[in-house]
Amino acid sequence: MQPILFLFFRRLRWPLIVLVITYAIAILGMVLIPGIDDQGNPWRMDFFHAFYFVSFMGSTIGFGEIPYPFTDAQRMWTMVIIYATVVAWLYTIGSILGLFQDQGFRHVRQFVRFTKAVQRLQSPFYIICGFTDAGRMLAHELAHRGLICVLIDEDEANIQKVQTDDLLSDNPALNGNAADSETLLAAGLKLPMCRAVIAMTGTDKNNLTIAISSKLLAPKVQVICQSDTKDNAANMASFGTDHIVDPFDIFAKQFAMMFHSPSMYLINQWITTPHGTQLSEFQKPPEGKWVLCGFGRFGKAVSKYLAEEKIETRIIEADVEMTEAPRDTIAARGTEADTLLEANITQAAGIIAGTDDDTNNLSIIITARDLNPSLFTVSRQNRHRNEAIFDAAKIDLIMQTETITAQSILSLIKAPLLNDFFSMAYEENETWANILLSRILGLVEKRAPETWELTISATETPAVFTAFVEGQAPILKHLCTDPRDYQNPLPCIPLLLKQAEQSILLPEMDTPINIGDSLLFCGKYAALRNMQIVINDPQSMFYVRTGKEYAGGLFWQKIFGDQRDQVA
Amino acid sequence: MNLEKVIFAFFSVLALTLNFSFFLGEHDNPQQHTAYELFAALVVSMIATIMKFGDRAHIGALLLATSLVADLQLIAATMVWGFTIYVAQMDMSPIIMSTIVSLSGGALLANLVSVTLLVVETTTMRR
Repeated sequence: MQPILFLFFRRLRWPLIVLVITYAIAILGMVLIPGIDDQGNPWRMDFFHAFYFVSFMGSTIGFGEIPYPFTDAQRMWTMVIIYATVVAWLYTIGSILGLFQDQGFRHVRQFVRFTKAVQRLQSPFYIICGFTDAGRMLAHELAHRGLICVLIDEDEANIQKVQTDDLLSDNPALNGNAADSETLLAAGLKLPMCRAVIAMTGTDKNNLTIAISSKLLAPKVQVICQSDTKDNAANMASFGTDHIVDPFDIFAKQFAMMFHSPSMYLINQWITTPHGTQLSEFQKPPEGKWVLCGFGRFGKAVSKYLAEEKIETRIIEADVEMTEAPRDTIAARGTEADTLLEANITQAAGIIAGTDDDTNNLSIIITARDLNPSLFTVSRQNRHRNEAIFDAAKIDLIMQTETITAQSILSLIKAPLLNDFFSMAYEENETWANILLSRILGLVEKRAPETWELTISATETPAVFTAFVEGQAPILKHLCTDPRDYQNPLPCIPLLLKQAEQSILLPEMDTPINIGDSLLFCGKYAALRNMQIVINDPQSMFYVRTGKEYAGGLFWQKIFGDQRDQVA
Repeated sequence: MNLEKVIFAFFSVLALTLNFSFFLGEHDNPQQHTAYELFAALVVSMIATIMKFGDRAHIGALLLATSLVADLQLIAATMVWGFTIYVAQMDMSPIIMSTIVSLSGGALLANLVSVTLLVVETTTMRR
């Protein structure tokens, strides 16, 4: 409030001085000009009545000539001061209105309001820099989980979208450049409740600046950065950025995985998509020669991973020199039939349209399919709002930059153990993946499962902690048991158990758990709800362990004795 | 020479001098204190206050604070005057007059501090 108040008064200095002087002259005139009272005696207005008269006259309320009808001299003066005071008021009010319209002033007000809103936050929050499609998806998913995001975007139109968004309108949002450290500090970077800074502004340079500033100003806050190039990613990693999300690299890796281990690919897909999404049909891409249009950041990543799969690609790229494409590249856009024929499209197994222009990508896919209807089609979709036309084009595999970014960041936030899980899972073979896949499929029936993690501690899992204190170390099976029927397991699979010295992939149900262990689960959302009952409520914990219920109240314990002792 | 500084100092000093000329005289004698002087002192003091608005330097904040004190004292003095004559319908008595003059004396003190600060600020300028 302070800076606004001072700014307000500084701007209003001259209007107020004009107003005070006008009033002073008007009042003095009324006092000095002689009048006549109701008895016809000469009379002079005093300051009290003069101030009263000028006040209602200047504000155009006009109660009349009081206390006695005016003389002509007084009326003449009144004519002068009516105009003077009204003009002075118009000038003042005009200045105030102008001030509130003023861009700079509005910006200051918005900044102050934003800072206060952030200061008031009582629960953990995430700073999201860049409110584009990916930012919105991420903020929505976090909002569904009851988490708060502080949103920053340079484009005012994007910030206005926050205010009209049903889910997000309560979240503090600021129109400003997140690369300014002042903006980041106002967004609460140094507040104890700040959990992570997510840089997804769309330009690598800004993301880099955000990462550096955050790491310098608040080393303990997690920094997640989107990066589109290898150089930048390396640079970000060099000063301790916690997670770097490169959507092109992620997609290319998964695409390559589709060739050599489809089951592993599906596990990855199912676990990382938001829970409840309809699971898509899987189509294994055919091996053979592929045509790749566009050798930008996307094309480079895809061709690199395809080369590792020993799959040959023929590249079509308009700007061969700048992209440093291989020598046998065809220099063209790929949207014309001639070029595609030159790339031998009729013999190819599939086509990948990977330019940064959605219209060109669609054109490539449609032209190629006309020439060879059996092609497997893969396209990059740059803009989320083009979803409808991409759906209509019936493309076999669509790579949505924004969705991939949002999903990867979301899984980093909600279950950081997923990273550990996948790095261990990728070491396993396809048979292992097949078995896990069928287990997951048995649980979830065509809807993506929820993934969650928990750490055994006094605050997060009080019931488990109580069991330890009572000397009843629980095993993993107890956590995965229905609190309403102890013979019924919950529909969930423990994916990873991370202990101080080792991590166990797909731990067995009889594994003992200790304080400080972290666990990663996937399963139905209902399983998560039930598991929360078990880990929070000591009575439920006792029930799932023993199948018996004990009397909770002191009174019943007095009468029946503490059954816990009898069982133990 | 800075015209803004001239105007600023002019109003600050004028507020002090007008205040002083109202204060001057026997403190309980209504004959020696006119309403015109009080009016002029109040108006000039208000203008001086507005001039000090928005200066966020430390000395600027002090100047504004002392000026606001002077305004408050003078407004209190005029309100005592107006209330006595028009609301209570009493004649001006030495007791009331001495109250009014004392209040303006407080304003005088505040104005004095204000001008002193102004002088201090000027002498610390090395140009």
